[in-house]
Amino acid sequence: MEFFLQQLFSGLAFGGVYACMALAVVMIYQATDHLNFAQGEMAMFSTYIAFTLLSHGVPYWWTFLLAMAISFLGGVFIERVIVRPVEGTSVLNEVIVFIGLLTIFNSLAGWIWEYTIKPFPSPFPKDPLFGNKFVGTHDLGVIGVTLLVLFGVFLFFRFTPIGLAMRAAAQDPASARLVGIRVGWMLALGWGLAAAIGAVAGIMVAPIVFLEPNMMGSILLYGFAGALLGGITNPAGAVFGGFAVGVLETLIGAYVPFIGSELKLTVALLLIIAVLVFRPSGLFGRVVVKRV
Amino acid sequence: MALLEVSKLEAFYGQTQVLRGLDFSLEEGGITTILGANGAGKTTTLRALCGMVRTRGEVSFAGAKISGSATESIVRHGIAHVPEGRGTFVRLSTEENLRLGAYTRKDPQAVGEDLDRVFQYFPRLKERRHQQAGTLSGGEQQMLAVGRALMMHPRLMLLDEPSFGLAPNLTEELFDILGAINKERKVSMLVVEQNASLALAIADHAYLLETGRIVISGTAREIERDETVRKAYLGY
Repeated sequence: MEFFLQQLFSGLAFGGVYACMALAVVMIYQATDHLNFAQGEMAMFSTYIAFTLLSHGVPYWWTFLLAMAISFLGGVFIERVIVRPVEGTSVLNEVIVFIGLLTIFNSLAGWIWEYTIKPFPSPFPKDPLFGNKFVGTHDLGVIGVTLLVLFGVFLFFRFTPIGLAMRAAAQDPASARLVGIRVGWMLALGWGLAAAIGAVAGIMVAPIVFLEPNMMGSILLYGFAGALLGGITNPAGAVFGGFAVGVLETLIGAYVPFIGSELKLTVALLLIIAVLVFRPSGLFGRVVVKRV
Repeated sequence: MALLEVSKLEAFYGQTQVLRGLDFSLEEGGITTILGANGAGKTTTLRALCGMVRTRGEVSFAGAKISGSATESIVRHGIAHVPEGRGTFVRLSTEENLRLGAYTRKDPQAVGEDLDRVFQYFPRLKERRHQQAGTLSGGEQQMLAVGRALMMHPRLMLLDEPSFGLAPNLTEELFDILGAINKERKVSMLVVEQNASLALAIADHAYLLETGRIVISGTAREIERDETVRKAYLGY
């Protein structure tokens, strides 16, 4: 039982990170109909920015907020300057730009910060909370922080005029323009938000997987799996899917002997295939109710 | 000075020219209708005014040149377009759809009053306030589209086939409300309609469009009596 709970909490912590990545991916997918393959490398780059800020003596939580803000601006910039020119041209163009971004960020990070693996600090104390044997304080912190961020995103989209305008722009750009919404900027804002959420994922997972240019590769895959499992058309579903994949992956790695930690990534890939084959819309994918 | 001034307006879909140089104007406070058969360019005219198709020529609204601007900038001058197919945000609630109409406004109190006013005009929308807009009936969605346009507090409303797909009694009700909005809220209107007798009944000015050109213009009463219009569009 103790072992099970340990694995469960560890899975939930990873799940929070996957949920953030899944949400970032879904936000861009909803507006553009494409998966942003560079989402992971953007998050990795954000984490390096946080690393640099920390090494210059900026306090941890200021670094956290600053890294989110810089990532937000970076995301807006990328959409306006790099993605914009190919938007709506062809699927291939857009996907190639995403892959180009992926390799650019990867090599840029290696060039600036070198490929050596670096430790990244956790803001949470080393000792388990109240001396419990089930869950490390960092894991608990990751669960808390990611839930907080996800809840904040939910409030933003549900209750602010800008959030409503972003949803409208993603749903029906032509109608959105007719009520005066600047659809292009809403897209850019979406990229900014996705980049900021990705930064949270990167900063939270870096103390566990360590900092290096390829750190987000497998994490983005789990994020994709989570997004697909929950339904790529449903942000809340994607968040659920992210947590589910985290728990599933950890438990299967722990209990199924031949999988262990080496084949864990295969679980994500199998899950992606299984969802696409048996239920392409995911668990909570949208069924549009429409009357004519 | 006219509220809307259109000169030599041409519109294109790709290489195909649909409007072949329209000249017309709209007086503030009035209701003008554009009549014409399918494919004459009625919808395209409205889309051209809002910068939704490629155009040539000049359009000015309340003295400011609006042709060549982006749609979202044009509508910010106070032009509300109720588009063909209603343009409902189907996955948002009725109220969210209405609130989006007021997206560019900075006067929350007046927006609240306008929301109440829309619910007075269309009580059905109030009942369905929190319902997903995609589940509304066709008639309710048409009311929602008009309501959303009203939420913009526009000076001019462009209405594209408001009667499309509505039962006759609903259509009549809708046109009564449009007339009331015109009088009470001082909103000028440009209505595109296939149902010519209905449109002429509330309009004070009318244009007849044939294959991208205006062939007849005049007051609604004159047009109503015109021999060709009567034969071709009113059916008697």
